[in-house]
Amino acid sequence: KIEAAKSPLSISDTPNTFEEITTYNNFYEFGTGKEDPAANAAALTTDPWSITIDGMVDKPGTYDLADVLSGQPLEERIYRFRCVEAWSMVVPWIGFQLSGLLNRVGVQPGAKYVAFETLVRPEEMFGQKSPILEWPYREGLRLDEAMHPLTILATGLYGEEMPKQNGAPIRLVVPWKYGFKSIKSIVKISLTDSMPQTTWNMLQPSEYGFYSNVNPTVDHPRWSQASERRVGAGLFAGRQDTLMFNGYEEQVASLYAGQDLSKDF
Amino acid sequence: MPAKTCPRISEVESLNQLFRRLPTWAVYLAGVLPFLWIVWLAVTGGLGADPVKAIELRLGELGLQFLIGGLVITPLRWFGLNLMKFRRAVGLVAFFYIAMHLSAWVVLDMGLRWSEMANDLVKRWYIIIGMAGFAAMIPLAVTSNNASVKRLGAAAWRRLHKLTYVAVLAGAVHYVVLVKAWPVEPLLYLGAAILLLAARAWKARARFLPVSA
Repeated sequence: KIEAAKSPLSISDTPNTFEEITTYNNFYEFGTGKEDPAANAAALTTDPWSITIDGMVDKPGTYDLADVLSGQPLEERIYRFRCVEAWSMVVPWIGFQLSGLLNRVGVQPGAKYVAFETLVRPEEMFGQKSPILEWPYREGLRLDEAMHPLTILATGLYGEEMPKQNGAPIRLVVPWKYGFKSIKSIVKISLTDSMPQTTWNMLQPSEYGFYSNVNPTVDHPRWSQASERRVGAGLFAGRQDTLMFNGYEEQVASLYAGQDLSKDF
Repeated sequence: MPAKTCPRISEVESLNQLFRRLPTWAVYLAGVLPFLWIVWLAVTGGLGADPVKAIELRLGELGLQFLIGGLVITPLRWFGLNLMKFRRAVGLVAFFYIAMHLSAWVVLDMGLRWSEMANDLVKRWYIIIGMAGFAAMIPLAVTSNNASVKRLGAAAWRRLHKLTYVAVLAGAVHYVVLVKAWPVEPLLYLGAAILLLAARAWKARARFLPVSA
């Protein structure tokens, strides 16, 4: 069991079950089916693990995971999780604010973006043997998004170490953005002054924008984002309305003041 | 040619004899079993964390499988295997699964949100294409009885039932268009559909060309 403090940033919804959260995953490194990651992720070696932090930082280097975690206060954050495919869950993550790590390595004044990369290890992540996405999986945030208190690096859920299919040993969670922004099994964090390339945007820029904020008024070109199905709600539960910024509007809307969100989707 | 040097023919013939004895209700029975299996899994919680999507996907895939199965019957006959008497049953089972797939979308997935569905019906290509495929199957299901064959005349009936090609192509494209990225399975269905239709086109063309060409 991981000890973690409660957080005022948690929502009061009942979380999905551990079973649901760990058997219904998109993690194409382990296959494209929702149950593939649970079936195939056991092969992943997560210890030892290190993260390379580079770019516009004062203390670049390759840090052992224990070093990355040291001094960062772990909290339980019960967040809504909204997939771009219009399903959602509520997940009790355990993690610490990304800002804590970034402050520790020292972000240089010119830095504007944070880029992340997932491990590439095809012999353990068999999905990487097919070119369905361009590996490594890449994601990125604007620096102010990365420094926001809601943005965490998660190392566990439900009091357990992060299950491999959920992005062990350490993953990003950005609750107001579609799930694919919350990159898993991170091995590299780079501070840059230009907008980094991101995997789904590289594949289909018209469908997956850099921001990818949850927004019921901006549809995916092929499907509506107005509503969502809460996984685990039951066969006949139907749908619920999708909330602006996934319900975190009050906390994050100011980040995008003056931006046209239908263009910066 | 002595029969001994041509064992394939006689094997096909014995298969034909076997199938002649098989009643068509066996196909309906075999067709409905996967449905009952899905219902069983849904009731016992065997469909994973998101049973709604699993139901929708399985029903749609079964519909596609039976549609493609129906398209295989004619090419098989080119090689002497005659399954024609099962074709109506295969087609009707396909229609049943597509209708159930659509119902699952309307009731379970969309939760009867009619305005959102109406929106999808005019805006979303995969919904439009899928719905077109279903619409193409309705006249086929309605006329899948001997009385209709008689009333329409065999030639007109056969022409009408070429709508199957529209249905299977629409179904396969619908699957490819709705997924993210390019997973293999939807492409396999589309490939099979295109192959089976291309075979017919090739055969039809061959009929009009001199053999020596």
